[in-house]
Amino acid sequence: MSRPELLAPPEIFYNDDEARKYTSSSRIIDIQTQLSERALELLALPDDGVPRLLLDIGCGSGLSGETLTEHGHQWLGLDISESMLGIALEREVEGDLMLADMGQGLGLRPGILDGAISISAVQWLCNADKSCHEPRIRLKAFFSSLYRCLGRGARAVLQVYPENIAQRELILGFAMRAGFSGGIVVDYPHSSKRRKEYLVLTCGPPSLSTTTPEGKGEDGESCSDEDSSEDEENQTVCISDRCRPRKKQKVNKRGKGRDWVLKKKEQMRRKGNAVPPDSKYTARKRKDRF
Amino acid sequence: MRLLTHNMLSSNIKGVANGFPLKIEVVTVVEKEVEFNIEFLKKMFSKVEWKALAEASRTMGYTELPENADASMLDSDDFLHKFHHALLELHLEEGALVCPETGRKFPVNKGVPNMLLHEDEV
Repeated sequence: MSRPELLAPPEIFYNDDEARKYTSSSRIIDIQTQLSERALELLALPDDGVPRLLLDIGCGSGLSGETLTEHGHQWLGLDISESMLGIALEREVEGDLMLADMGQGLGLRPGILDGAISISAVQWLCNADKSCHEPRIRLKAFFSSLYRCLGRGARAVLQVYPENIAQRELILGFAMRAGFSGGIVVDYPHSSKRRKEYLVLTCGPPSLSTTTPEGKGEDGESCSDEDSSEDEENQTVCISDRCRPRKKQKVNKRGKGRDWVLKKKEQMRRKGNAVPPDSKYTARKRKDRF
Repeated sequence: MRLLTHNMLSSNIKGVANGFPLKIEVVTVVEKEVEFNIEFLKKMFSKVEWKALAEASRTMGYTELPENADASMLDSDDFLHKFHHALLELHLEEGALVCPETGRKFPVNKGVPNMLLHEDEV
């Protein structure tokens, strides 16, 4: 997959077109929702039903914020792309939005937040997009201001896509220097597709409560049916491997089936397309004489 | 932008010692109804800078909030509803936020404050 942060600075890459594409792709919506659900889980807020005040760093079009709203929390989102925030306004998200650059530090009062999440945003800080940008200074400004505005014992969960080991260490190093304790949680480390990394940071010195939680799918437990079937295919060499791969793509005689059609229709509905309602005729086989 | 957010924001310009509270310049204010949650209000009361909130709500044209408040007032239902309205339901739609120390203006468009700093302010 190409890395958007190598193409252009965020405020330019996420222009009107890209922002709309991003938010109308049901695949991206699915992934972002899953990531935010997991981030909220790692945030480990006490389960007492009281709404918390959370910060969403790099909120974009508010996909992650919607997850926070669903869990009843109040949130404030910041993003550097005006187009993305424009889409968020169109979607009428519940949280407050703010146009800001996290690399300039967060201008918030000390100790006011109950937690912070960030989905796929912090790795952008590692790029110098303008002559005045110095990644180390920006990372330092970001983490020290984040530390300041979080309450004692509050957590920040930042999902990141570091480009390489050096970048991961750079980000984590600045987080530790700012005073955070915690570490990286890796979900599904054995799957190249589903592997996700979360920086789980706690305000304050290390203690029992700050131990980093375990990642999902670490001991080779099956990640999902889809993933495990892929693995099996790779491990066993079937006789059919000798056949031409084209044959495999052929649809079998019975067609793709009702389940497949229903799934596709649901996907289209989520994209906002006009889709006829499901009925008993949906995906029914035609008569032979047709 | 709600007053909750205004109460959290402070000016982030380099060299500014006391960037809170930002002054509000109002062009338009809108009201949006939000679900009333006592637990959240009680939790927020200890965090909110009351003076800044009361003054901000007056600038926005809502004069019901008292000058001073203490925790004992949280038992009053009437007070809680006023607090709720000021904190969560008043939105600054168009206008500006002004840094109290340098006078730098942060414009607010469609309810989104532009807090981006220039190169020399970082």
